[in-house]
Amino acid sequence: MSDENEEQPPIQTLPLDAWHRRHGARMVEFAGYRMPIQYTGEHGGIVAEHDWTRNAASLFDVSHMGQLSISGANAATELEKLLPGAIASLKEGRMRYSLLLDEDGGILDDLIVTNTGPNLAMVVNGACKWDDIAHLREHLPDSITLTHYDDQALLALQGPKAAEVLGSIIPGVADLSFMTGGSFEFDGTPIWVARAGYTGEDGFEISIHESGVSALADALVADERVHPAGLGARDSLRLEAGLPLYGHDLTTDTNPVNAGLGFALSKKRREEGGYLGHAACIARLEDGGCADTRVGLVLEGRQPAREGAKIYSGDKLVGKVTSGGHSPTLGHPVAMGYVDTRHAPDGTQLTIDVRGKRLPTRVVPLPFVPHKYHRKGA
Amino acid sequence: MSRYFTEEHEWIDVEGDTATIGITDYAQEQLGDVVFVEVPDEGTEVAKGKEAAVVESVKAASDVYAPIGGTVTEGNSALEDDPALVNSSPEEDGWFFRLTIADRSELEGLMDEKAYKAFVDTLD
Repeated sequence: MSDENEEQPPIQTLPLDAWHRRHGARMVEFAGYRMPIQYTGEHGGIVAEHDWTRNAASLFDVSHMGQLSISGANAATELEKLLPGAIASLKEGRMRYSLLLDEDGGILDDLIVTNTGPNLAMVVNGACKWDDIAHLREHLPDSITLTHYDDQALLALQGPKAAEVLGSIIPGVADLSFMTGGSFEFDGTPIWVARAGYTGEDGFEISIHESGVSALADALVADERVHPAGLGARDSLRLEAGLPLYGHDLTTDTNPVNAGLGFALSKKRREEGGYLGHAACIARLEDGGCADTRVGLVLEGRQPAREGAKIYSGDKLVGKVTSGGHSPTLGHPVAMGYVDTRHAPDGTQLTIDVRGKRLPTRVVPLPFVPHKYHRKGA
Repeated sequence: MSRYFTEEHEWIDVEGDTATIGITDYAQEQLGDVVFVEVPDEGTEVAKGKEAAVVESVKAASDVYAPIGGTVTEGNSALEDDPALVNSSPEEDGWFFRLTIADRSELEGLMDEKAYKAFVDTLD
């Protein structure tokens, strides 16, 4: 019997929903949206889409993610009270990966902050955007305006050919370097383009009003170097790139130190403090780390280990897999998980329990597949 | 030889008391790229409707149910080296396991090819 008082948020439809279906997408529910998990047809399927991204360019729809901005006097200073990253010193057009932390240093979300000039823009995870908005609204003073751009779509064009392709449609974007962005125009519509992504490849994220996104998607896939790709390939790409996924590899039970995100704790702000979770993070750093650590694991054979699988050293339970699967690029299974820090050094031999069978595994450095970001001067 | 189908998208070939079991073309299409198959060992007793094998696609692990009960005589060892056989030849070379049927009356109620096709047409 259903509880009639329980409010189920309605499942939302992406601005490109019809476009995805026209291109043969298989749609699944994810983060409250119907999202393309993979496409059918000649170039479809997770492995084909994954390989195409590594070799050419793929178009991902990530419009489920939250696009927020804050503005007002002292917006950067106020945001610095909630994030460990240096925001006040972020130059216009620059982006920085940061974290929303709770008082214990637990991770509420990971996000990218951009100084767009007039505002500080943030892209947050789709599954946490409502919690993030509530958290920001609760902690930011009333003088700061928080805007949720829920009528903006977000596309990601990822892969080694992304710069050539996007540059041919939107002149000037190829001059951006990794983690910078700027205002451009497509078909008379203002857009924001950032050289970033979450696949380990060079690529771009493009924020565009929902009314113009279909024309942009059409223009991109009209180029034979571009095929659409779904959430399935996005997940295998980011796993190979060793990038943590919120809700899986990162939760409020993890923190920047054990998650291996110490780089997000900027040195100056570590010393000065003044942000939520600072004391807890510093205590962990000074105590020489945490009881457990996020590691990369490679498995022998073909059988993948999935999220939740237990990790053993001999008979001793030492950790848990937080994401895992088949690596199309490497041709064997890989996983990320948290293990007892004593068992975290590279080369440590462990086993993972998969349905009662112990699969041999070894700790390896992340990423599994090297990043190919377009860094300045590179 | 007769071929039967289940609503869980397994097929079953019956020849005398022996049954060969696999998943349908529709099922492999839904699963996507298969990267690993765990088949039951010889001698395993399986019951109708219970998990008998596991198929791992790039995205997830899925159970495969026994469409009929019996004693496993053979798992398809070709799937160890080439799990993608499930994608390329789901209803022939990509079979999962064989068993000796315990009770032929359990075949009653399974679909024939025509009924299965009609069933699949009602999905998405």
